[in-house]
Amino acid sequence: MSILIQIAYLIASILFIIGIKMLGRTNTARKGNFLSSIGMFIAIFATVIQVEAVTLIDILICVIIGSAIGLIIAYKVQMTKVPEMVALFNGFGGLASLAVALADFWLNTQEKGLIVDQITGISVAISILIGGVTFTGSMIAYMKLNGKVSGKAITFTGQHLINLILLIASIVVTIFALNDFSNPMFMIVLAILSLVIGVLVVIPIGGADMPVVISLLNSYSGMAACATGFVLNNNVLIVAGALVGASGIILTQIMCKAMNRSLVNVLLGGFGQTTGGANQVDGSEITVKEVGVEEAAQIFDSVSSLIIVPGYGMAVAQAQHAIRELSELCEKRNINVRFAIHPVAGRMPGHMNVLLAEANISYDKLIEMDEINDDFANTDLVFVVGANDVVNPAAKTNPDSPIFGMPVLNVEKAQTVIVTKRSMGKGYAGIENELFGADNCLMLFGDAKQTITKLVGELKEL
Amino acid sequence: MTAESFIILLYILVLASYVGFELINKVPPTLHTPLMSGSNAISGITIVGAIIACNVLDYGATSKWLGMIALILATVNVVGGYALTDRMLKMFKKK
Repeated sequence: MSILIQIAYLIASILFIIGIKMLGRTNTARKGNFLSSIGMFIAIFATVIQVEAVTLIDILICVIIGSAIGLIIAYKVQMTKVPEMVALFNGFGGLASLAVALADFWLNTQEKGLIVDQITGISVAISILIGGVTFTGSMIAYMKLNGKVSGKAITFTGQHLINLILLIASIVVTIFALNDFSNPMFMIVLAILSLVIGVLVVIPIGGADMPVVISLLNSYSGMAACATGFVLNNNVLIVAGALVGASGIILTQIMCKAMNRSLVNVLLGGFGQTTGGANQVDGSEITVKEVGVEEAAQIFDSVSSLIIVPGYGMAVAQAQHAIRELSELCEKRNINVRFAIHPVAGRMPGHMNVLLAEANISYDKLIEMDEINDDFANTDLVFVVGANDVVNPAAKTNPDSPIFGMPVLNVEKAQTVIVTKRSMGKGYAGIENELFGADNCLMLFGDAKQTITKLVGELKEL
Repeated sequence: MTAESFIILLYILVLASYVGFELINKVPPTLHTPLMSGSNAISGITIVGAIIACNVLDYGATSKWLGMIALILATVNVVGGYALTDRMLKMFKKK
């Protein structure tokens, strides 16, 4: 019997690998996700058939409750809210790993009165620590993303010192726990410490750094599952956990590279708060040229190539459908319309792509930064919707700028740039955007969705 | 756990991590969000551990209740994760 279960776990692992592989290509992605879910089902089924018949009903109840919650969230949530939902699910996974490790430890040491070996003990401690950090860290990320907590970086003096002390305390508590398995207090204290660390680690990280944080927390949830695999001596947990842990790390790296910052720099947090001095140097206020909707429509009418640059502001204003209308209208007029996607635009990797896909925009029109950056110079019009720091030329020209060195879209090279924006508010980095003062840049103030809808109306009349 | 079985588990960890690194390296940015949400669902594999933890007959046992909480949470993670990913991928169309 046991060998059949092992084989089932092996098949599940293979399906996870193939599933992730297929998730990496647009034409096979959906099938890949399906295969991976079949793998999950096989793993669950193989586990359920070995449990006592009487506990089956408890398991079924829990699964039904969990599935109902999961399905409601997954189908009700607006596409602009995907980042926070991924954070939420991620947090649940982390807490589940913590609870499983603690449950196994409790069963063996307290209820059966056994002594667990050191390797298992350390695995339990790692599971609890990573699981706890994943849980509260993801919850803070979730609250920051949906505005329940300020998206700004929350910093205070001695923050890093406190984190360090808590980490050392966790290690000390773990050592105590390993030396006295009969006393469960140590593992409970470790769990509490991990929850506190999770909160403290994520609060200093600001909203626009969330792509990095979510990737990293995703990786942590995999590592937590992996550590739980060591506790239970279970291969499928280790394989699946390691796959997710590794893929999360890679995505984190990609995000960091896109912002030209090291992971340490992101994690230490407080970006954009301490840089006030450096920007005041030139002292000159940027003067911008405003444009009205009618005039903007006339510009759109006169061009033959257009690149739309979406940013987080598009998600906030839910402007993706209005943008679809605009792009269709332009295409009818034989304007070549493309979208330039900066890797960290939005609040999670690929956030803009999902929103534009939701609005039914073909994905071959969405061009990556590296591929489109040389094309701006021979483009008539660039339309920036709710993006700021990712189009700031200061990243290329001003060594004093906090975002200096970050790869940005060369929108200023286009003949005309129209920026739609709610106000002259600064971007996430809290710095002036030199683009807005450029000679070829026009500002179209207003809510992105309303403005673009009006623009579409004007264009139709021309 | 014996040292030998620990080493075998470490082998699995190292090889699976390597596969994970290789698989993700070439994914186009378009798919980063579904990929993250899909791999997030896979990390719900801890559901297997939760089911094992639930397999205790004594309702007075702390471990049983921890297991049941873990099972609900992990199921939300797994089912919600896969459903959300599928919903997103359904939208990716080329015209």
